[in-house]
Amino acid sequence: MNYENQEFFAPGHRACAGCAAPIIVKWVLKIAGPNTIIVNATGCLEVFSTPYPHSSWRLPWIHVAFENASAVASGIDAALKAQGKREGTNIIIFGGDGGTSDIGLQSLSGMAERGHDILYVMYDNEAYMNTGIQRSSSTPFGAWTTTSQVGPYNIIGKNEFKKPIAEIMAAHKIPYVATVNPAFLPDMKMKIEKALKIKGPKFIHAISSCTTGWRHDPSKTVEIMRLATETGIFPLWEIENGDFLKMKLTYMPKQRKPVEEYFKPQGRFRHLFQNPEKIKEIQKMVDEWWAKFENKN
Amino acid sequence: MVMMMLKGNEATAYAAKVAKVQVIPAYPITPSTLFPEKVSELISNGEMKAEFIPVESEHSALSAAIGAAATGARTMTATASQGLALMHEVLFIASGMRLPIVMAIGNRALSAPVNIWAEQQDTIAQRDSGWLQFYAENNQEALDLSLIAFRVAEDKRVLLPAMMGMDAFVLTHTMEPVDVPDESLVEKYLGPPEQKYPTLNPSQPSTFGAFVFPEHYMEFRYSQFVAMEHSKKVIDEAFEEFKNIFGREYRKVSGFMNEDADILLISMGSMTGTAREAIRKLREKGEKVGLIKLSVFRPFPKEELVEITKNARIVAVVDRNISIGFAGAIFTELVASYNNIEKKPKILNFILGLGGRDIRVEDYIEIYNRAKEAENRGVKEIQWINVDEDAVYEVEGPL
Repeated sequence: MNYENQEFFAPGHRACAGCAAPIIVKWVLKIAGPNTIIVNATGCLEVFSTPYPHSSWRLPWIHVAFENASAVASGIDAALKAQGKREGTNIIIFGGDGGTSDIGLQSLSGMAERGHDILYVMYDNEAYMNTGIQRSSSTPFGAWTTTSQVGPYNIIGKNEFKKPIAEIMAAHKIPYVATVNPAFLPDMKMKIEKALKIKGPKFIHAISSCTTGWRHDPSKTVEIMRLATETGIFPLWEIENGDFLKMKLTYMPKQRKPVEEYFKPQGRFRHLFQNPEKIKEIQKMVDEWWAKFENKN
Repeated sequence: MVMMMLKGNEATAYAAKVAKVQVIPAYPITPSTLFPEKVSELISNGEMKAEFIPVESEHSALSAAIGAAATGARTMTATASQGLALMHEVLFIASGMRLPIVMAIGNRALSAPVNIWAEQQDTIAQRDSGWLQFYAENNQEALDLSLIAFRVAEDKRVLLPAMMGMDAFVLTHTMEPVDVPDESLVEKYLGPPEQKYPTLNPSQPSTFGAFVFPEHYMEFRYSQFVAMEHSKKVIDEAFEEFKNIFGREYRKVSGFMNEDADILLISMGSMTGTAREAIRKLREKGEKVGLIKLSVFRPFPKEELVEITKNARIVAVVDRNISIGFAGAIFTELVASYNNIEKKPKILNFILGLGGRDIRVEDYIEIYNRAKEAENRGVKEIQWINVDEDAVYEVEGPL
């Protein structure tokens, strides 16, 4: 059954103009269809979609707290089983990068280890945007945030590297892990569809631009996200059953663009251009990641 | 009905079985670990049908319980002390979402210093979380009050979660003969396990846990307050119906040799049995002393407590908890219950048995003697029993 003409995520919500999260949510729900229960970790998505007494969710939806969406979903999975209603119902979690890579990592890991039949979708806007752009473990190296401020004593912004959450989830040997980019819609749709057909825990890592935190023109969201993948900074891949050796790149840029093309339109990286050495360092790291794939060809 | 030799934790696991609990998320912690162990055993033996979720923390245990209860399943968990403290955030969400989860607690002291023995501080510290609180004196009560907790929690006039406390080791790990009622009778008492309130149901989508602004938030909180007030009547009905079906009688507040007593002791939990023994001994000596036992702490049964204590000259409240900076919790709330009532007994507070320090008949006799002193002269309002005060004063300076 195809639900592409139906909207399960109603318009009129309060996301900022240019926010990528609703694009991700809308497409996940179109593919999942009506027989779906949603669990939402605390974050922008939960706040902007449910200002009481309104709700954008045309599906059963629950938000409990920040760090426990995976545990809540585990309880739903068990309850449906106990009631004999488990067959045919999707359980999908949406969490931001803070709710996934930081405070929610323990419950996510527990859910994955216990093997619940749940799809986890992380919308990664690379900082605590709901509380106002604070760095998370998912904030990339070199990004300005309100807690990785740039000044004479810190010319880089965030000095640490992004936590490789999708790889961490793949290391749990769960059946399916993939990275997606809403700017590559057919690839994203294919992966969501595939994930929902697999029984067990599935993890999808979606890059999700935040115009407010990334500091870019709201009309450029999709364009900038596309650059994340075309520069090779956010590669699109799948890993099944934790088999890293069989990691499958689902998009191979013909010619990777230089990383500064991704950085240039974003205010959070502006300071890096005063230190081109740092940009070169980042380019080198990206090149190194790709070397193993590009050499094969 | 079957008589079985059960530890308190096992009695609550059997409560889950006969109540046909559908989902049990739990995490091990001393002294409540026997609960998930017994549940796992009963499920593996085929004696019990339920989904057990061996979660990775207590925070997740209660979070999973919320997910299950929001899906309409009868849900139970168990924890103690640090585990309950870790759940603190989620406790408020369970009650705010009006989910009738039942949780058995092995009442245990909190760190630091680490201590695994009996104390009621863990549940008392959660008294503002919007959960009903029952306390058991023995293992039969632990089983019965767990069933009663479901009956009250699931009543549509209440829909609030409930915790049932039993003292660490004294009950959790001590065997007693327990009458385990038939599942058919329990079903008659509780109804089927599928819940009737709105649930996460794809054919009737609803939003749970929305973002609520100041113009609506207070009404949600007031609803909880009103539901908790309503639970007072519902608890009495649940006790009455329990007596009719199972033959055992419960009250929020019950008296022992209290009718003509000048001095009343108030007790909650397993030490009540020891207190009863002390009262008997004192009565033999002609002392006019009685005992009041509290089985429900939330809602606080202030009307019943005032009624039963108002004719005494002195009420000695025994607290196995302490709010540092003020007093024990039962004392505080009893004193507050007498607000706006002119004729009131002298109310004293005795703190004892913290961190599993043994509570002896002599301790209660000591409490009685100190309370009796207050008839003739002023005494300290809050006194710690069986504690080495000198050792403390040497370090902290005298009080």
